[in-house]
Amino acid sequence: MEILLALASGVLYATGIYMMLRRRLAQLIIGIGLLSNGTNLLIFTAGGLTRARPPVVPAGAPALVQPYADPVPQALVLTAIVIGFGLLAFSLVLADRVHATVGTDDVDDVGRE
Amino acid sequence: MPQTGAVHDSISSVIGFILSPFVVAALAAWLVRRFPRRAGLLAAWPAVLAVLFGTQLLKAVPGAGGLVELPWVPSLGLSLSFNLDGLGLLFATLITGIGALIVVYASHYLDGHPQANRFYASLLAFMGAMLGVALSDNILTLFVFWELTGFTSFLLIGFEHERPAARAAAIQAFVVTGAGGLALLAAGVLLVGVTGTANLSAMGAARVSILASPIYPAIATLILFAAFTKSAQVPFHFWLPSAMEAPTPVSAYLHSATMVKAGVYLIARMTPIVGLTPVWTTAVTVAGAATMVLGAYRAVQETDLKRVLAYSTLSALGVLTMLLGVGTRDTIIAALVYLVAHAGYKGALFLVAGVLDHEVGTRDISALAGLRRAMPITALAGGAAALSMAGLPLTLGFVGKDGAYEALLHAGHPFPWLLALIVFASSLMGLSGLLAGVSPFHGMPPLKEVHDPAWPLSIPPLILATLGLLAGTAPWTLNGPLSRAATATAGVSVDVSLSIWHGLTPALALSVLTTTAIAAAYAMREAVRTRTWRSRYGTEDLYDGLLSVLNTVSRMIAPALHSASLRTYIMVIVATSVVIGGAALMTDPGLGSAVPRTSVMAHDVLIVLIIIAGAIAATVARSTMAAVLCLGTVGYGVAMMFLGFGAPDLAMTQFSVETLTVLIYVLVFRRFRGLGELSPRFVRARDGLIAAAIGVLIGGLLLSVATTETAPRLKEYFAEFGPTVGHGRNIVNVILVDFRAFDTLGEITVLATAAIGVRALRRLAADGRLRRDTIPPVNSPIFRTAARLLMPLLLLFSLFLLLRGHDEPGGGFVGGLVAAAAFALYAIAFGVQRARRALLVKPLTLLGAGLLVALLGGLPAVVRGQPFLSALWAPGPVPLGTPAVFDAGVFLVVTGVVLMMIFSLAEEA
Repeated sequence: MEILLALASGVLYATGIYMMLRRRLAQLIIGIGLLSNGTNLLIFTAGGLTRARPPVVPAGAPALVQPYADPVPQALVLTAIVIGFGLLAFSLVLADRVHATVGTDDVDDVGRE
Repeated sequence: MPQTGAVHDSISSVIGFILSPFVVAALAAWLVRRFPRRAGLLAAWPAVLAVLFGTQLLKAVPGAGGLVELPWVPSLGLSLSFNLDGLGLLFATLITGIGALIVVYASHYLDGHPQANRFYASLLAFMGAMLGVALSDNILTLFVFWELTGFTSFLLIGFEHERPAARAAAIQAFVVTGAGGLALLAAGVLLVGVTGTANLSAMGAARVSILASPIYPAIATLILFAAFTKSAQVPFHFWLPSAMEAPTPVSAYLHSATMVKAGVYLIARMTPIVGLTPVWTTAVTVAGAATMVLGAYRAVQETDLKRVLAYSTLSALGVLTMLLGVGTRDTIIAALVYLVAHAGYKGALFLVAGVLDHEVGTRDISALAGLRRAMPITALAGGAAALSMAGLPLTLGFVGKDGAYEALLHAGHPFPWLLALIVFASSLMGLSGLLAGVSPFHGMPPLKEVHDPAWPLSIPPLILATLGLLAGTAPWTLNGPLSRAATATAGVSVDVSLSIWHGLTPALALSVLTTTAIAAAYAMREAVRTRTWRSRYGTEDLYDGLLSVLNTVSRMIAPALHSASLRTYIMVIVATSVVIGGAALMTDPGLGSAVPRTSVMAHDVLIVLIIIAGAIAATVARSTMAAVLCLGTVGYGVAMMFLGFGAPDLAMTQFSVETLTVLIYVLVFRRFRGLGELSPRFVRARDGLIAAAIGVLIGGLLLSVATTETAPRLKEYFAEFGPTVGHGRNIVNVILVDFRAFDTLGEITVLATAAIGVRALRRLAADGRLRRDTIPPVNSPIFRTAARLLMPLLLLFSLFLLLRGHDEPGGGFVGGLVAAAAFALYAIAFGVQRARRALLVKPLTLLGAGLLVALLGGLPAVVRGQPFLSALWAPGPVPLGTPAVFDAGVFLVVTGVVLMMIFSLAEEA
């Protein structure tokens, strides 16, 4: 399973970076989106995989029983997802603004203006 | 805090006094703007400080330092520790005393200047920094204050920043002394390494091991580099005459009494720790002697009063450095007397020069004459200061110069040479004193109508000059303070007994010789100025050359590194990561034998395939909408993964975020053209290779990490204490709102900032208010009915998620997202304006209220004396605690953030 998720993360990183190296603003943003998904998956997988046992103590039980999923990477990824949303929204608006001001969505042209 | 009670209080108050000028500086920035005519009153505080430090100096026990210490950054060994010993207090008294006079003087000198408040703020901050330098016991704190003096003096020298010359001088002084500051930091770090302590008072005991250390030459060189640059010793002297671009009160303060003496102070302070070795003595003595002769020689060639004084200041700094370098008991005492005398007469002469400039309108010596009747008070101050500078009997200047002669006479070989040089320099310095303090006042009266200025300008120089005469008539009054300062400098107990008459000694003969030479030189002053040899080049040319080489080099390098192309940056970052990360991965022995620890199930393969297919499809999509859909697929796939591996909280968050993301993509991407490829084929191939490399690297690293067994300490810690200490069964939520609540607070603040940024950018685009929906509402009765029914249900569900979040999957983040989704749905059905009305409050209010609630959730702990955001729980059958309040804050912030973004994106002007 780790191999599969490593593959998925690798593909998300590769496609994300590839898109960030493109010239259109929209492509850049799509790249950021792919990259944040890849990163979340990366952190989640690196923390260790545990199938289907969330780190929630069942009602009435005194404590968690092994095996259970590691709550630490989950807490990290949870905020990362929401922050990623904020980042995406902000870069979208920024790109939109650049597009409207400069009148082009080609990053190379933006640099020349 | 370990310290408590009265001890702690007195330490705090001492440190408070030392740091107080910074507070006054901050107040001054506002007060002087508000009450421009009352700026002089600011002098009251430095005057109070001068009295405090002065009385402390008078009653201090010789040899005993008054150490006070407060931890500042304990992990770095940084503490606010101050040593109120004789040397420090002597400087502190001079700094604050002269500082008070300068403030009074400036209040008239700069009267009506529109930016006077900036001046006082800088000046007082400079005073605080100087106090910090003089009194710091920790060498790292000393460095911080040292750099602060450089920074504030940069502001002061460049105060008239409209003039290019002032800017250039400020930059030059900053570069030279700043370089010295870095050397001081390096020396401090090395010293801490050798001695194991950062406290100067404790370093003296480690002197033997420092001197024996192989890095001693490096330490000594660095310290002397710092001291020589700050005190403008040859070959770094050129910045000081340039710094005369500063307003005259600044020159009087920085270049007579304080900043330039910081280097001398450093030499004195370090003498018992690293000084008096052959290399130290040679370097300090030679640099001092060279500066002394050069300064005196150049001073008498100038015609601008301030430049005469600047060069003679160089000379005096050279004398001080040289005397400290020789380092006998008597030369140390002589240096301290000389220092106090110089601070007095040079401060007075600078202020007199300022008065002349202010009243007559010129600082040219050849244009100033015969002003004694027109300006009697100024003439008195100038004359008295000049007498002290010339070293005539019954002045403190005499005591200092006579002491220096006497000390050098007894210091032995090779000091006779120094004796000859100091007599030469003293004669020329005496001449420059007369040029600045006497020649403007005698001779033919001017035709122009001039008179003494108002008292704030005329009295401060008179006070300084008079003090020099009084102290010269009764020098024994300084015995106590100087004994303490000399003891701190020499490292052994020193008793100072000054007197005005030593009998008929060789030193007296030299003094007579000096006075005769001064008189002769004054008679021939025109010839001395114009007929003496001048060098065409100076070390300043070396500095300029070095600077232009640096500029050329950076002009060659910078465009390559700073190409202003995002794609180049990404490529550089990625390539570096691939090379460094790849090298690390290659050397990992376990990579080939990595064994997956989790089995694969059929649906996992399917989900991974969906993710990969979605990602690849997103790169080849030709329309933005297709790409957005592909991204959504990827996101949902990742969420499914979270769900499959025990992370329901993540899955819920990801599902909600993904939905909202698609929404904002659609709102913005409509305005973009298609995704048609712009790059030629080979560029795409190159980018594909780069991207593939990072993909392989990340995949490999992840495989290597995920298949390695790591210590599960954190996991078990949180699993054990989550339910007991955290009172919650959902460990992820407990971590977010309790254990790591401070992190979460930071994150919601970032979110809030991003949302405000989005709103601001949209408003900027719309030139003000956003009113109209960019997309018309969905005009479908079925959808509208569904939205009307769903919205309350979703809101209820979001509250349910929030409330149960501590025990079951849910919490403020997910709840907030769902609540926002409810309003977003409503906006799609009925338009943004109706959704805004349905929300009742503005998203901005929601967001602010949320941050406030989250902060309030952290306060009860502070009231109870625990760290901010510690959880407190009320006893009772149903656990009620502050984390619930905090989570509610998170809920409000997330709702506000998402709605602020969506609403402002969905509206236009």
